[in-house]
Amino acid sequence: MYGNDFGDPDRAPLNAAETSMYADAVAASAQANSELLDSFEAIIAADQKVEPRDVMPEGYRQTLIRQIAQHAHSEIIGMQPEGNWITRAPSLRRKAILLAKVQDEAGHGLYLYSAAETLGVDRSELMDKLHAGKQKYSTIFNYPALTWADNGAIGWLVDGAAIMNQVALCRCSYGPYSRAMIRICKEESFHQRQGFEILWTLMRGTPAQQAMAQDAVNRFWWPALMMFGPRDTGEHAIEGGHTAQSMAWGIKRFANDELRQRFVDMTVPQAQRIGVTLPDPDLRWNEQSGHWEFGEIDWDEFWAVLRGNGPCNAQRIAHKIRAHDEGAWVREAAMAYADKAARRAASAREKEGNAA
Amino acid sequence: MNTPGRSRQGLDGELAAAYLLGLADDALVYAQRLGEWVSRSPQVEEDMALGNVALDLIGQARRLYTRAGELDGTGRCEDDYAMLRDEREFRNVHLVEQPRGDFGREMVRMLWFATYQHELYTRLAASTDQTLAGIAAKAVKEAAYHVTHAATWVVRLGDGTTESHERAQLALWWVAPYVGELFTDDEISIAAADSGLGTLPSALLAPVRARIGAVLGEATLEPPAAPTWSSSGGRRGVHSEAMGYLLAELQHVARSHPGATW
Repeated sequence: MYGNDFGDPDRAPLNAAETSMYADAVAASAQANSELLDSFEAIIAADQKVEPRDVMPEGYRQTLIRQIAQHAHSEIIGMQPEGNWITRAPSLRRKAILLAKVQDEAGHGLYLYSAAETLGVDRSELMDKLHAGKQKYSTIFNYPALTWADNGAIGWLVDGAAIMNQVALCRCSYGPYSRAMIRICKEESFHQRQGFEILWTLMRGTPAQQAMAQDAVNRFWWPALMMFGPRDTGEHAIEGGHTAQSMAWGIKRFANDELRQRFVDMTVPQAQRIGVTLPDPDLRWNEQSGHWEFGEIDWDEFWAVLRGNGPCNAQRIAHKIRAHDEGAWVREAAMAYADKAARRAASAREKEGNAA
Repeated sequence: MNTPGRSRQGLDGELAAAYLLGLADDALVYAQRLGEWVSRSPQVEEDMALGNVALDLIGQARRLYTRAGELDGTGRCEDDYAMLRDEREFRNVHLVEQPRGDFGREMVRMLWFATYQHELYTRLAASTDQTLAGIAAKAVKEAAYHVTHAATWVVRLGDGTTESHERAQLALWWVAPYVGELFTDDEISIAAADSGLGTLPSALLAPVRARIGAVLGEATLEPPAAPTWSSSGGRRGVHSEAMGYLLAELQHVARSHPGATW
């Protein structure tokens, strides 16, 4: 229904899911498992997919559980900042689109929890860890959505950055995760287009709307760049991270800085088309390298938010726990009813058996 | 063929539009309440389901507002009706504007509202207004899903645990005073029914009550006694205190930027 609403005049790719990077990942995924391999190392060496039935090292399993759970939690917590605007969207068309978008996020969370369950964990176990602060979600959702334009900035920048990571994950060595990503990227691509279009429309509106759009971009640009994680090398890199092992296992395919650079290169021309300024005085085109150079991220802020000291960390988790606790009696009732229904069905079968 | 400003039977355009606004406002205001559940429901599946019901209702409201703007001759668009009317101009019943309660209340409210809508749109699919008939034909399929969803939960809650049974029973008591208004005829609905555009609300009560009675039986719940007070006035624009807050939230961004395009 909304497919034609976001027409981009020249149909240039807006995000990684619209580039050859995605097409290549999908092709590579289709090619996988063309021949059955019986050992984990052989599967990885041949760049094939590991499936739930395959034997895998415990470290591989745990790394995937941690990463998929974090990703699933991000989708679920990510419903809050935009969900916060469903009741206030400025038009009915925008309200319908936003509702559909937040619903998609819930759906992504469900695919991902299912992918994690193929590794032998239960969704409720993962939720408990999220509530207890033992598993994380993307730090970007610890920033507040303060104006209508923030929905545009979240769609354009946050979903755009997420897709850059997720397209890379379409090639992940674990089959269920890779397949979930292929599907999720398609929907995220649509989300990013709607964010772009919100900002594009605002920049063609009243001075107040233009100011609202610029303000949202000012607040979300740096946090979006932080979504790619710490630097891989140099002063701000972390020692003993998971990157090297994840790369060897085919879980992670590209370095953080490489994906961040691709995102910046793709996004700067889009900012020019929208008509917003990116809040980085060091941003400049490097003719020689063919890339946009950008300034240093505030790594103190990155680590502070990651460690729980961002503007909304406490609020997001409290909201999630409150909803979970308030719904406990409903989930218990559903379980109790299912048990009763199963007992009644068994007893009816028994009676039928006796009668026969 | 639809003629702007006049329904086929010659019902006054303003009356016809007023009838449609009652239907549209019910849908929009309930969608607004259901939208509040997203990220707050008992489980992720329910965030999706309640969001989906809200989305269906917004779709209904948008189509009905657009048709109302043709019928009353003002050419107003959907957002003119949703964002720029004052409280007294909203024709929804009190049931849909009541603040969000627990999940049991929501499922009981949805059971009543969706069953009402299902019976209503089944009849409106035969409206003399072709546009309304088309809107109704789509809405009736959506309402059927909403009824199933709410009924399934009411049965689970009623026949679940002791706590859920008590909460579901309380929810029935809570909703009872607001139900009658859905089935009350007024001069607009009478005129709409006479012209063939609409249908009489009072005629829907018996079938709706029978269907809900069957669900309550399966849920092991008692139908509540007749309420000692019943809401009224929504169709005349006289609402409860909750409505002002709801509209403030719904309209404030749109009204803060007069004439802006979003």
